[in-house]
Amino acid sequence: MTLQEPARRFGELLGHGAVITDPVRLRTYECDGLTHHRVTPGIVVLPETAEQIASVVRACNEYGLPFVARGAGTGLSGGALPRSDGVLIVTSKMRRILSVDLANRRAVVEPGVTNLAITEAVRHLGYYYAPDPSSQQVCTIGGNVAENSGGAHCLKYGFTANHVLALEIVTPDGDLVELSDDDPGYDLLGAFIGSEGTLGIVTKVTVRLMRAPETVTTLLAAFKDIEQGGQAVSAVIGGGIVPAAIEMMDALAIEAAEAAVACAYPEGAGAVLIVELDGPAEEVAHQFGEVTRICEESGAFELRVADDPAERAAIWRGRKSAFAAVGRISPAYIVQDGVVPRTALPEVLASIDRLSRDHGIRVANVFHAGDGNLHPLVLFDDAEPGAGERAEIVSGKILDLCIEHGGSITGEHGVGVDKSRYMPRMFSAEDLDTMQLVRCAFDPRGLSNPGKVFPTPRLCGEVPGVRKGVHPLVESGQAEHF
Amino acid sequence: MKALRHEAEALSKTGVTIREADPGDAVAGVPPRWVALPESTAEVAALMRVSAEYDLAVVPVGGGTKLHWGGPPERCDLLIDTCCLNEVLEHATGDLIVRTQTGVTMDTLAETLAGGGQELSLDVPLDGATIGGTIATAAAGPRRFRYGTPRDLLIGITVVLADGTVARSGGKVVKNVAGYDLGKLFSGSYGTLGVITEATFRLHPVPADRRWITVELPATEHREDGAGEMVTSRRQSFPGGLESLVAGLAASQAEPSAVELDWPDARGGAAVTVLVEGTAARGRALAVRTLMGEHGTAGIADAPPGWWATPPGEDVLLELRIPPAHAHVALRAIAARGLPARVRGSIASAVLTVALPADVGEVAFAEFVSGLREDLGPLGGRLTVLAAPPELTHLLDRWGPASALPLMRRVKERFDPGRRLSPGRFVGGI
Repeated sequence: MTLQEPARRFGELLGHGAVITDPVRLRTYECDGLTHHRVTPGIVVLPETAEQIASVVRACNEYGLPFVARGAGTGLSGGALPRSDGVLIVTSKMRRILSVDLANRRAVVEPGVTNLAITEAVRHLGYYYAPDPSSQQVCTIGGNVAENSGGAHCLKYGFTANHVLALEIVTPDGDLVELSDDDPGYDLLGAFIGSEGTLGIVTKVTVRLMRAPETVTTLLAAFKDIEQGGQAVSAVIGGGIVPAAIEMMDALAIEAAEAAVACAYPEGAGAVLIVELDGPAEEVAHQFGEVTRICEESGAFELRVADDPAERAAIWRGRKSAFAAVGRISPAYIVQDGVVPRTALPEVLASIDRLSRDHGIRVANVFHAGDGNLHPLVLFDDAEPGAGERAEIVSGKILDLCIEHGGSITGEHGVGVDKSRYMPRMFSAEDLDTMQLVRCAFDPRGLSNPGKVFPTPRLCGEVPGVRKGVHPLVESGQAEHF
Repeated sequence: MKALRHEAEALSKTGVTIREADPGDAVAGVPPRWVALPESTAEVAALMRVSAEYDLAVVPVGGGTKLHWGGPPERCDLLIDTCCLNEVLEHATGDLIVRTQTGVTMDTLAETLAGGGQELSLDVPLDGATIGGTIATAAAGPRRFRYGTPRDLLIGITVVLADGTVARSGGKVVKNVAGYDLGKLFSGSYGTLGVITEATFRLHPVPADRRWITVELPATEHREDGAGEMVTSRRQSFPGGLESLVAGLAASQAEPSAVELDWPDARGGAAVTVLVEGTAARGRALAVRTLMGEHGTAGIADAPPGWWATPPGEDVLLELRIPPAHAHVALRAIAARGLPARVRGSIASAVLTVALPADVGEVAFAEFVSGLREDLGPLGGRLTVLAAPPELTHLLDRWGPASALPLMRRVKERFDPGRRLSPGRFVGGI
């Protein structure tokens, strides 16, 4: 089927200005933050209301067209990668903050509102929205919901799933449904958050607002090597302290950050640790004393402290720019997002170092040390023959290391298209079949963001269990096994 | 009878200890035929496969403390008692996680974790409750204000489905977004999707110090000044100053872990108790006491009051949820109904448990429930019947409206197409 008829229909539903079919303009939307996966979407629509999204999804059902939702396109796993035979539903025009209700500590926002805009709307009232992915200036809350985003402060405050009180969604059938924390019944709200757009599209988000802490203190500690830094992290957590954030960068990541933003981290540091403490002043003062002592005992040769927002921003500048910064020291790189139990960090980092040397591929380590979420940046020169392949091998072996140590293949970036082939390494066929039961309940026709998260498509009529023969979708050329 | 014998034989062939049920095993008044005592996930899977083959209806039970919660099952052949799934499998102190079988009681788990200076930050309303029952009913106590409910602390889960499939989701790390979060789906699912056999939780260090600050609020005569329904000839009382006190506490920077209300008699005064935790708990308690002192005489204690983290009754229990700013409206609405209600719960989160006497009467009970739903529904209030004998609930829906019910039914159909797992126990008759 050509897409002309659906495009005309969407024009009737949304207004012709809200439908893009021009091939040049369509290419604007061919990838998200993971640029090595690119597909030009069949049609792009720019709805302004939940009802418009519902009408588009209903029409997609009539035509049997797959659809993909996209916010700002900052995702790092290809979760919003479009379909050439389908519709990309872009929520960037839906960016109103609909209500702020401080008495009930909540706000209701449209999905295209950026993460930081929520905090900015209530900061002057002494409140904020806690989950803060590094891309928070541009990433949208709808995307945060799809990916269950975290950020540096989720060690203490939790993830998107812990801060969303209700959602309005368009189901894959095109129904508008409210999923609420307060409603009796299954926790569909919890199941939906982090489902990467495969269970429907978010059209309204009710978020929890938090009281800004009385005090925030940020420490930067410089160590001669990453082992010393790791020791300090273990001692802090072992000492019963749960900081708001505890982040680490190795020498190569520091070098990249210096090259990009001149963050002026202590010279000669083989690792820097950023520890942020927040809460009641007296509590923070006590914890600050403890963390300082632990860092010094672990070998920190320089400590810096920030008490005001400007100083704090200076400390964070290097860390927050690290991903972009490696572009200064390497023509190309892969960002990984594996997670390991915190106690396995020293062993896993040593193994990554070995992998790096064995394959002649540099790896810069930036990670959320408190919760074991690694972001190894696997650097390579895409002009050098074979380097990309070697980087892929190293990147995959890092994920294997995470799985071997009881961790996860993704801590916050999502599975998307990028890691779906790793899902069977982490989960059994039975585990994946069980997840498909949820998918089939929401999306029996498999139209909502198909091809993401799961490696092997399953028809919802199929009985789970041992598969025999070739899958019908594989046979028809619509899918492939990895 | 012949068929029954085959079923019993097939169950015993699993190697799992099976006994005939006795009247004490009844689930919300419905007696099962057999009780099975599996010791592993594999044994639960074997039981579920036999149950699938013979179309046996299955209800899982832990400590039985909340077995009378939820609707009575439409049918019940096999009770799977998880008491022998009683091993704490892994406590990784450095990683702040614990992996445990779900028949372990919350008390036993707490003792194990205390050895490593850690805790699962969930309060247990009833002694003897197990991990599995706590997850299945989404039970939580005062500290839900700070730490949330089981779904917020659960990071991995192993379940056995209706056909005997064993499935895992999540894992052993706190930060993990790979695949669907089945742990959340199973939290509060009342045994209707599968049997939860293992769970992994994130832990917290036991705080260095704790203080409870309590203020007694006397009853004051109260009249609505508008022309609304609330103006009646009946003398109404209400704990004075509650509304502004709770708003002040919720907005304070003392980071309380819990703000609890105890209102033993809807015609009288109430107590509000705040918990602060941490190395600086003493200093923070003083700040909280100052704030509370504007509303009455506030005292600081290093132990909780006797009523802390316990339900206000046993046989007839309701759960009321409402946006926090309307909590006082909910309390007034309860008082206005004129029944001897006892209310306790997280006033700052506005998740309250209401107890009524067992002899309240079917009609009075139905009017109380439907009346409150009508009063509070427009404000976002939800009232569910946690526990009530069947003779009280003929005239009403225990759960009340759920906007996503069609989707919930579809989830149930996928997980349990034969309706054999706790059928009829849950919302919408699921």
